[in-house]
Amino acid sequence: MRFFLESKRHILLALVIYAALRLLFSLGIVSEYIEQVVIYVFIVILAATGLNVIYGYTGQFSLGHAAFYGIGAYTSAYLAKTSGLESIFFFPATILAGGLMAALVAYVIGIPILRLRDDFLGIATLGFGILVRVFFDNSDRISEVLGGSRGFTGIVKLTNLETAFFVTVFLLLVTRNLITSRYGLFWRCIKEDETASASIGINTARMKLMAFVYGCFLAGVAGALYAHLYTFLHPSNFDFLRSIDFLIIVILGGMGNIAGTIYAGFIWVGFIEGLRIALPGNILDLRWVFIPLLLIALMMWRPYGLMTKKKG
Amino acid sequence: MEQASYILSQVINGLQLGAVYALIALGYTMVYGILRLINFAHGDIFMLGAFIAYFLLSRFGMPIYLVFLATMAVTALAGYLMEKIAYKPLRNAPKISLLITAVGVSLFLEYFCSLKAVFTPDYIAFPRPFEVETYNFSLGGLEFSFTNIQVLIFAITFSALVLLYLLIYRTKQGKAMRAVSYDRETAALMGINIDNTVSLTFMVGAALAGMGGILYAMAYPQINVFMGIMPGIKSFIAAVLGGIGIIHGAVIGGLIVGTSEVIVSAFLSSTYRDGVIFIILLIVLLVKPSGIFGKRIDKV
Amino acid sequence: MTAVLEVDRLTKSFGGIQAVDGISFKVPPGETLGIIGPNGAGKTTVFNLITRFYTPDSGDIRFMGRSVTHLAPHRLARLGIGRTFQNLRLFRELTVAENITSAYLSGNRYSPFAGIFRTDRHSVVEKKAWQKAYTLMDFLGLAGKGDAPAGSLPYGEQRRLELARALAIEPKLLLIDEPGAGMNPREIRDLVETLRDVKKRFNLTIIMIEHQMGLVMNISDHILVMDFGEKIMQGTPAEVRRDARVIEAYLGEEGPA
Ligand SMILES: Nc1ncnc2c1ncn2[C@@H]1O[C@H](COP(=O)(O)OP(=O)(O)OP(=O)(O)O)[C@@H](O)[C@H]1O
Ligand SMILES: [Mg+2]
Repeated sequence: MRFFLESKRHILLALVIYAALRLLFSLGIVSEYIEQVVIYVFIVILAATGLNVIYGYTGQFSLGHAAFYGIGAYTSAYLAKTSGLESIFFFPATILAGGLMAALVAYVIGIPILRLRDDFLGIATLGFGILVRVFFDNSDRISEVLGGSRGFTGIVKLTNLETAFFVTVFLLLVTRNLITSRYGLFWRCIKEDETASASIGINTARMKLMAFVYGCFLAGVAGALYAHLYTFLHPSNFDFLRSIDFLIIVILGGMGNIAGTIYAGFIWVGFIEGLRIALPGNILDLRWVFIPLLLIALMMWRPYGLMTKKKG
Repeated sequence: MEQASYILSQVINGLQLGAVYALIALGYTMVYGILRLINFAHGDIFMLGAFIAYFLLSRFGMPIYLVFLATMAVTALAGYLMEKIAYKPLRNAPKISLLITAVGVSLFLEYFCSLKAVFTPDYIAFPRPFEVETYNFSLGGLEFSFTNIQVLIFAITFSALVLLYLLIYRTKQGKAMRAVSYDRETAALMGINIDNTVSLTFMVGAALAGMGGILYAMAYPQINVFMGIMPGIKSFIAAVLGGIGIIHGAVIGGLIVGTSEVIVSAFLSSTYRDGVIFIILLIVLLVKPSGIFGKRIDKV
Repeated sequence: MTAVLEVDRLTKSFGGIQAVDGISFKVPPGETLGIIGPNGAGKTTVFNLITRFYTPDSGDIRFMGRSVTHLAPHRLARLGIGRTFQNLRLFRELTVAENITSAYLSGNRYSPFAGIFRTDRHSVVEKKAWQKAYTLMDFLGLAGKGDAPAGSLPYGEQRRLELARALAIEPKLLLIDEPGAGMNPREIRDLVETLRDVKKRFNLTIIMIEHQMGLVMNISDHILVMDFGEKIMQGTPAEVRRDARVIEAYLGEEGPA
């Protein structure tokens, strides 16, 4: 109960935003495409928040976050499809399963690789991302349903504004409370100085693993929502560039800043999708020429993220 | 015996691929050594090399040795400009924004080159400057063969390596590079021109990658603007395997990655070949976190 | 009475350097042991071995009668060995208060569930942590600085904050590495006072590495002199002052203080 009481300001704000969006969608003011993009933004914010816990707060460089997003997506879609639980009632369970599977894999892989630091950890997670991609590409050898490199088709659409919005808001509040608890404090200590953290009794290996597993859990949940939004999964949706996408949002929002991640998620996805709408068809090809140029310009203009002018 | 011959021929094929990875990994490892930057755009320089050679060969019918020289000059210039325009302004920014910028440069190069007005988004056939010839050998019942392209790849990689060693260990510029990668601040205090040294490192790395691009295109004559992504990532992994910042480490790492990739394709399935690299990387890093030839001391 | 800490024939080498070469000593409860010795003598390495940041090549370490040679650093901290670092290692971007609460909270738990749903247990423990932080800040002259980032404090205050952080784990044994480094004589006098107070109030056993003779002679019950990784001698400050080997190895270099 105290959870809701302490967060009542945020919950109120969330309800207002929800009501506004619901109204916008119901009145048919915006196209279905835009609806989908808005829902997608919440999913991306959730996954990026997971990366923020891992990297922004705890300082563990990951270049393979999309792998866990993919694991969540494939797990929940597979479960829904093969068990016949393709209804909104079982949706919470399949979402949770997606998150838990991502967390489990993160746990197993985290035990060996989280001993690595900085770029070495980055390259190991990048390698893990490639491995998962190989796994998805060959997944049809395990089960025809998964589709391998042809992609996973025919997933029921269960993700709507309500599920994406409320799952994300709830998990963001959970994350905020974790961050402001002793666990979040330890994560921040570890990011600054692992040796000093150990000297005051923090079990650094365990806390790093916890941050990693929790962050990947959020990615898994986000992936589950994604699978049931677009109803089609392809291994290439979860490759290195998707990991970079999440990283960009974390950096633009500012390391260790949840509110920043929310804004940056809107700005970044909004910008990429906005270009698709704004650019005339004949120069749509140029979209991916502009996006990286803008990205480079952003990094030069605000190397510490959009909200921070200089490291404070 | 037949099995042994087959394995041997696959190993030779693997070393051919590995030699190309080694050329790319050298640039990665040098740039990382000097700026601590994973220059993700390095793989795209490799792609540029293949495309430039394509144009020189198909449009101008240039002789092959000139193609090499001209291509390497152009990719070196590209490396120089890349560093000056995109990376230098961020030299004192957080490392992560530099890394994101590198990804930005990489995407830009790929999509810019994929425009119809520049190169093309499609696969195109690379014109081989000469016919492939195969030389067969038999040694105590063990049959194996080389192609002239393989010989060329090994010869060029090896000479490039020798020249690189001479540059790094026998010239003033090379000494400056080593000093900057050891400790940039101190090197600056000693009067070493950091900017020039960084530029030179990028140019040498890019020239090697451009050369790798031509060799790769000769061996696997299908080129595409996205062809640099996977070889780029694998070469960086190779550099980490060997011990980042260490020249011979990059070469050995490249050969290991290339060989295991080909062996896995031959004996398991080509769809698994990218996965095995992660397994090798993981094992090496867990046994020796600084890579095969790397050393690092932690001090409390 | 069992010694708080007993170090038995501890050795550690780095490549060719024998940094610590068969050191043994005992620290009885309530004592302050000073360690002195020239630069590179191996003093800090002894601390790093006791707190297990380095793995000893051989030797045994017993804390409160129990062998702790194989415990991980965080376990040792939880058992009650606190330390400071020669080159300050604060969490610079965290606030002064957070630097202290983090240390207290590492030994005073509540579950993630309690943290997320803000149970009573969470509130009780957090409240105690903050009380602890304010008490320690008052005690160490950091009152009113709770919300400042630790990295923004002047050097002397950072040193005191590091001490406060080490005290927040409620240690039985405190290892202090060169607390007087970079301080002027006036600050040193204050530090001596503070350390005496700290020791009395928290009922501590202390080992202190220190170059400033005034400081170390003043508050140590015994002094251990190291050179080239070995113990040259151990005795009271008065004995050490008289010892010819010490004067030669150490005091001779810098002149008697
Ligand atoms: N991690 C390490 N790797 C290699 N050598 C080390 C390491 N730590 C310490 N040493 C070496 O061990 C020896 C003892 O060092 P230590 O830091 O213990 O000396 P110290 O007595 O604390 O000196 P100071 O008074 O300068 O602090 C030195 O020669 C030092 O260079
Ligand atoms: Mg020392």
